[in-house]
Amino acid sequence: MSAVVAEHDDHHDDHAHGPAKGLLRWVTTTNHKDIGTLYLLFGLAMFFVGGGMAMIIRAELFEPGLQFVQPQFFNSMATMHALVMIFGAVMPAFVGLANWMIPMMIGAPDMALPRMNNMSFWMLVAGVLLLASTLFMEGGGPAGGWTMYPPLILQTGKALPFAVFAVHLLGISSIMGAINIIATIFNMRASGMTLMKMPMFVWTWLITGFLLIAIMPVLAGAVTMLLTDKFFGTSFFDAAGGGDPVLYQHIFWFFGHPEVYVMILPTFGVASTIIPVFARKPLFGYSSMVYATASIAFLSFIVWAHHMFTVGMPVAGELYFMYATMLIAIPTGVKVFNWTATMWKGSMTFETPMLFSIAFVVLFTMGGFTGLMMAVAPSDFQYHDTYFIVAHFHYTLVPASVFILMAAGYYWLPKWTGHMYNEKIGQLHFWLSAISVNILFFPQHFLGLAGMPRRIPDYAVQFADWNMISSIGGFIFGASQLLFLYIVIDTIKGGTGEKVTDEVWEDAHKHGLEWTLPSPPPYHTFTTPPAVIPTEHI
Amino acid sequence: MSTTDAYYIPHKATWPVIGTVGLVTMLAGFANYLNGSSIGPTLMVAGLVIFIIMLTGWFTLQATESESGMYSTQVGISYRMGMMWFIFSEIMFFGVFFGTLYYTRYLSVPWLGGEGTGAATKELLWPTFEATWPTNGPKGLGLDASGARVFGAELEPMGAWGLPFLNTLILLTSGVSVTWAHHGLLAKNRDQLIKGLIATVALGFLFVSFQAYEYHEAYTEMGLTLGSGIYGSTFFMLTGFHGLHVCIGAIILSVVLFRSWKGHFKPENHFAFEAAAWYWHFVDVVWLGLFIFVYLM
Ligand code: HEM
Ligand SMILES: [Cu+2]
Repeated sequence: MSAVVAEHDDHHDDHAHGPAKGLLRWVTTTNHKDIGTLYLLFGLAMFFVGGGMAMIIRAELFEPGLQFVQPQFFNSMATMHALVMIFGAVMPAFVGLANWMIPMMIGAPDMALPRMNNMSFWMLVAGVLLLASTLFMEGGGPAGGWTMYPPLILQTGKALPFAVFAVHLLGISSIMGAINIIATIFNMRASGMTLMKMPMFVWTWLITGFLLIAIMPVLAGAVTMLLTDKFFGTSFFDAAGGGDPVLYQHIFWFFGHPEVYVMILPTFGVASTIIPVFARKPLFGYSSMVYATASIAFLSFIVWAHHMFTVGMPVAGELYFMYATMLIAIPTGVKVFNWTATMWKGSMTFETPMLFSIAFVVLFTMGGFTGLMMAVAPSDFQYHDTYFIVAHFHYTLVPASVFILMAAGYYWLPKWTGHMYNEKIGQLHFWLSAISVNILFFPQHFLGLAGMPRRIPDYAVQFADWNMISSIGGFIFGASQLLFLYIVIDTIKGGTGEKVTDEVWEDAHKHGLEWTLPSPPPYHTFTTPPAVIPTEHI
Repeated sequence: MSTTDAYYIPHKATWPVIGTVGLVTMLAGFANYLNGSSIGPTLMVAGLVIFIIMLTGWFTLQATESESGMYSTQVGISYRMGMMWFIFSEIMFFGVFFGTLYYTRYLSVPWLGGEGTGAATKELLWPTFEATWPTNGPKGLGLDASGARVFGAELEPMGAWGLPFLNTLILLTSGVSVTWAHHGLLAKNRDQLIKGLIATVALGFLFVSFQAYEYHEAYTEMGLTLGSGIYGSTFFMLTGFHGLHVCIGAIILSVVLFRSWKGHFKPENHFAFEAAAWYWHFVDVVWLGLFIFVYLM
């Protein structure tokens, strides 16, 4: 026991000395800032891995015919691109932001369960490595789409069990991360930080955490049944044995629809954080934002079959899922209205984080509109499984989730590093991204409406023009992201050399506790809870 | 209540990485085994050993830290929240299989039998299939007296009032005994605490043995296997995952028993006991669901 007490004393030394030295610091760290950094860098790396796959896809689709890759490999690229981007890039990046920012925003010394925090990061790495390893196996990586529908996915070669276990690991990682975030938010707030005073980012992550704990086990169950159908003779998804392949789709989308909100709710949270700062006004309609987030989360559990309108559901089902889906537009509309109203008559400035946030509001709304179009069941018979869907969800994910991740990077990098990024290159990055993302995805609406199916390596010549334009947009977009990589590295190394203040952005200290801390913040912050809570956002 | 007020932030955690390596080795081994590669079992065992070492090491560390009073009340609340949300994720996991049972039994099997819009399906695919429950599906396993394949042969369902009912009583009793042990802990009655836990663990393992016996019967006497169409699939998946959870719960309770015997728990500080008891009640409730929806209905 005395040994333990002595060890305990060491911890106090750690507080004084900061992080451990060397590589082991990162392997064994329990510090929320370290783990946040790991998550963010991992997400950034995977963004480029997944992006490389997207470049292969767009290169193959540049012209009709088969130019560069075999159809099997093409399909495996489409599948892996989605899995890597969702589970490797967007979700980890948001968990990284949560790790870095939530303790600082609520005045907590660290995350509630620091050891588990470390484990969730390494489980993520393990899961992604296992998934990536499938690309080198006999029969290639999984190629049945990220939705992994049976019976097609059961034709995967040696990769199948590895992909299934990778999903299990990613699920465990997400659940642990989510439990940690929820426990932190409920248990670690400084006194005075009541629930309805929490920054929107914290609120959206609280609700996202709940979604994650509710849905990741569902995905785990679904892929487990794929595994037993393939290897243990069960017939869950085999009609000959009394099962039903459509059952898989129901289970998958019970996970899948909330999953898209897992990626968009923290996006909303960051947007609600950034826009008020650069509009120099409090967030408009704070409490309606909270309620809208909660209703979106609730609705996300009862609309899943809008992904399955053409599968042959009873008409009552089609109608129910159609109307329920349309309901989501209401809380989503509340949010878009509030962001706009926040900017209304504000004294706005247009630094890079704000530019990305404004582009998010506009372009995400585009994605919402196409979502509504597809929510209309009879119309969706035309849109389903075409490039229209691809355009829809890329508008909700790239110029929304990804743009907001960029915005978050520009917004908080000065706080994290103590250095200012190069505003000129930031603006260049923004304009190149914002223009090329539209060249990339807007034509896909036309392609889809004209009937070009998704997930194919070759297409009829009538689709040639828009595909070429889309690919050109894709290449520009891909290349522009290298600017972001450059800026991140440059800022870490010292940026413009200008020493940033604690609040970095004008009057930011009114908007969040993190801006009352030094830039960069010390290794341990708020070891004693802060007394003053900014109330600007109310 | 505890000797410290500061929120304890541990440093230099090595067990999480070791655990991750163990788990991923185990899973990679299992995947290799499924693919018929000879290295599979070796990897699985190696991974399992690492994983068990991690569990032992990590929990020992936690216990030592707790004993030396490093956890404030607030830390205790974090642990409790963690356990509650973990159980919630488990509920969702079992929900998938209950949902599967509901969907196949009340929707897709009747559709296959021609109900609702399924009339054409039946006519075109398996016209002789009759939707019944239990069923092993149109491909059938049964042969009639002349040796011809019978489509959708009726299966003999696993009866409810034999072993399963006994097992229900066993688990319910174990729920009572663990609560009795908890009362013992709160009243500082060490004898009651230990006896209650011994009874709970014993009942848990008795349950598992009865279930093993039931599985043996199913496979050898009734021809009911994982491959017996959708009935076999749902039956074994639900009861199998539940049985696994009973095993895990009983092992956790054994550890708690050991720690009680060592005198670790105090009326005001015994998170490990509480977590184990919550888990045990959760397993109990899942069983009630199983008894009703799998065996009775
Ligand atoms: C107003 C809100 C929204 C509505 C009404 C809506 C509606 C729909 C519908 C009906 C589909 C299925 C189309 C089909 O397959 O035929 C769909 C697909 C999809 N949506 Fe949305 N959506 C909305 C917002 C979002 C958001 C915010 C995201 C993500 C951040 C998102 C991501 C996706 C994805 C990834 C798919 C395609 C999944 C796949 O098949 O691979 N949607 N959406
Ligand atoms: Cu959806």
